[in-house]
Parts: sequence; structure tokens; C-alpha cells
Amino acid sequence: MELILFYISSAVAVFATVMMISGLNAVHSLLYLILSLLAVGVLFFLMGAHFAAVLEVIIYAGAIMVIFVFVIMMLNQGKKTVDQERVWLRPGMWIGPSLLALVLLGEVLVVIAVGGTAETGQLVNSKQVGVALYGPYLLAVELASMLLLAGLVGAYHLGKPMIKNTRQRRGL
Amino acid sequence: MMRAGIGSAADIIGILVSVIVVAAMLIWVERRLLAVWQDRLGPNRVGPFGLFQVVADMIKMFFKEDWIPPFADKPVFVLAPTIVFITMLTGFAVVPFAPGVGIIDFNFGLLYFLALTSLSVYSVVLAGYASNNKYSLLGGLRAAAQTVSYEVFMGISIMGVVMLAGTFNLREIVEAQRDGWFIFPQFFGFIVFLVAIIAESRRAPFDLPEAEQELIGGFHTEYSGMKFGMFFVGEYLGITLSSAMIVTLFFGGWLGPWLPPLVWFCLKTAVGIMFFILLRGSLPRPRYDQLMAFGWKVMLPVALLNLLVTGAVALTLHSS
Repeated sequence: MELILFYISSAVAVFATVMMISGLNAVHSLLYLILSLLAVGVLFFLMGAHFAAVLEVIIYAGAIMVIFVFVIMMLNQGKKTVDQERVWLRPGMWIGPSLLALVLLGEVLVVIAVGGTAETGQLVNSKQVGVALYGPYLLAVELASMLLLAGLVGAYHLGKPMIKNTRQRRGL
Repeated sequence: MMRAGIGSAADIIGILVSVIVVAAMLIWVERRLLAVWQDRLGPNRVGPFGLFQVVADMIKMFFKEDWIPPFADKPVFVLAPTIVFITMLTGFAVVPFAPGVGIIDFNFGLLYFLALTSLSVYSVVLAGYASNNKYSLLGGLRAAAQTVSYEVFMGISIMGVVMLAGTFNLREIVEAQRDGWFIFPQFFGFIVFLVAIIAESRRAPFDLPEAEQELIGGFHTEYSGMKFGMFFVGEYLGITLSSAMIVTLFFGGWLGPWLPPLVWFCLKTAVGIMFFILLRGSLPRPRYDQLMAFGWKVMLPVALLNLLVTGAVALTLHSS
């Protein structure tokens, strides 16, 4: 039963990712990417990593992708960009990426043939995740938070001249 | 993970049907209650107390022309209204109605709820994009910015509850409130969560994505017939789910004396829903920049402080 569910959601994930890459319309591609992330969430769930599954949906599908869609909407491109994409995605363009993807596929096949698969089906609860994050991986968490802070400061710095301009216009 | 009585076919069908019926009836409830608070009568012609107004509205909606504008992005335009409906309905799967009544007893129920509310934004955002209309686009942009900002401290505000209960499981959170509702130790968490959840469901006073005076209808300007009906009922489903979550997290869920647990849960949820309607009837809409500034400069620090203090108190109580 779980194996069938696994194959169904993997197939959905692969199909959605291919559609995402080959799509011409940016918003449709983003929708396929969201679908792919949701399918990966289901895969995590089937492996017993419920926490990772829910976080995948909350953070990737629910927050980051919303901001992606937001930006694409702000750019408000219509038919023109679809035509542009069509020019960019000529059949010849697919040769290089396809060769690289084939190398990866070969590697996966070798790994499957050798039989080095990871064990699955172990339930992970939130306490274990918390203990791991704030125990052995504390340094990584701190580094990630510093990176995020740097991003925040950078965004503030870029937005600052604009804030000043609007204040001047309003006479504040 | 399954306990006896949870997730039976009767439970699933019963909850699904009653939730949809309640959401549809809320259209009438809201109009009558708003009328009472504004010293009017409201719809009272169709059936006793105007109860069949919903049926009349539904017949009207079914017979309306379901029009898709020629300039719209058709597949996305059709997809958008179903998203809010589906995410909100699946959200009810983790709601602990009473001991033994519910669809699934999930260990990360609270996070599951957060995940579904964050997915429901796509409905409005995609509707705004697919309509290919300036007003809709503005509505969609506002919705995206508003929900992404308010989601941040919605998650943080309920972590205090998680700390006190020691679990993400909604049933265990309810059980942990036997000695006292979490609204008392988590008062600030409750206030922040309440504000955030109203903003998430895009109800007045946070209904900027569809502000009639400036954006015509906002994201649903181009929608008509059943598709508009989906948005409409989806909003009421959101209100019902939100008040059910407020009751579960802060007001002791099904706990209460004398009456059976399910009755307590429904009563508390009904009060929550009426509070949502009262807010709509009494509060003015803020300006857009005020909304954003309030979220990031007031609500986020309060939520973080609440988290810090709760953590410190929980740690001292734990160690002593």
C-alpha cells in the first residue's frame, strides 16, 4: 500500500518538475513547482518524517512560493514574455541540460543496482528534531540565522532610499 | 496513530456535511446579526425567521451565468476558487470536536493547520492574477503581502501554547487545559493569534484585498455564479475553522461541566463565529501601510516577547 502511494507521489513530483521546467508561462510553471513541493511533502510523510513533511508545505509551498508568485505578479508580463520564452527554449537548448540529467540518472541507477538504499519508515517526532537542531547542529542553526539577518539588513538598505523619497514627497 | 472512534466513515461524512451546512447557514446568520447590531431587521421574508434565505441565494447563484472573461488565464481562473474550498475543508480533518469524534488524530495537527492556512492564500493570489484585471491584481498583491506577513507571527504566537502543552497534537493540547484555559497564561499569545487569524481569513477589518470602495471587488471582481459562491462559502469555512482553532488552543476545546463535550465545543465555536461577525460590524478598515506597520512593528515584537517570557517561565518551572 505504502509502496503504491510512494510511486504515485514520486510520479507526480517528477511529472510536475518536468512541466515546471518546460513550461512557457511563468505562473503556470510556478504552480507546477508548488505541486512538486507538495508531492515531495507526501514522500516525506510516507517515510515517517511527519515534521519535515509539514515544514515542507508551510515553508516552501506556503511562504517562499507565495513570494515568488507575488514577484511574478508585480512584473505583470503577458503574452510577450511567453513568446520570448518560446524563443529561448528552442529544442537545441535542451541538449546540454539533458546530457547532465542523464549522468545523474545513470548514477541513480547504479545506486539502485548496488542496493545502497536508506532505511525508511522510522517515525521522527518534534522533540528529536529540536534536540538535534539545538544539540549537534547548533552551529549550523546560528550560521543560518546570521545569513538571514544579513539578508534582512541588505533588503532594508536597498529599500531605504525609497522610504526617504516617499517621506520627502509627503513633506515629512 | 488512530484511536478508537476517530476516523470512522460516519465521522467523516457527518463532519463534512455539517461543516458545509454550517458554512452556508453562516451567510444568513451574518446578515441577520449585522442587521440586529445596526438596528435593522435583515432578511426575514423567506421561511421562518428568513431561514430559507440561504436556499434562495443558492438557487439564484446556480442559475446565474458562469462567465469566464476572454482575457483571463482560463485554467488558473477555474482553479483559484476551488483552492480555498479544498484547503479549508481538509483543515477540519485535525479539529478535535470531542473525545472520539474527529477524522484524524495527527501528532502535528497544529502545524498541519498552519500549512493549510498558508496554502489557502493561493486562492486569492491566483484569482487576482488570472482575472487579468488591474483591480483584481491589486487585490491579489495585497492579499499575498498581508498573509505572508501575518503568517509569521501567527506561527510564533501559538508556540507558547505548544510549550505549555508540550505537544503539537491538538487533542493533547485540549487535555492539557483541564487545569485552566490557556487564554490566561497566554493572553498576549491569544491577542496576537486572534489578530493574525482574522488577517489570514481576510475578514473585515482586514479585508483590504477586496476593499469595495477602492478596488471594486478586489480579487473576485471578475467572478460570477458558482465560482463566486465558492469564494463566498470558502470564506465562511475559514471563519468556522478559525474559531474552532481559537476554541481548541485557548478556550479548552470540548472541556466544560454538565453538557456533553461535543455541545461545549459547538457552543464555544458559535460564540467565536459571532465575535468575528461583531468585529466586521464595528471596526473600520485600516489603511494598507498602517496594516503592514502594525503587523511588523507591534504584533511581531509582542509575539517574540511572549515566546521569550513563556520559554523562561516554562524552563524555571521545569527545573525547580
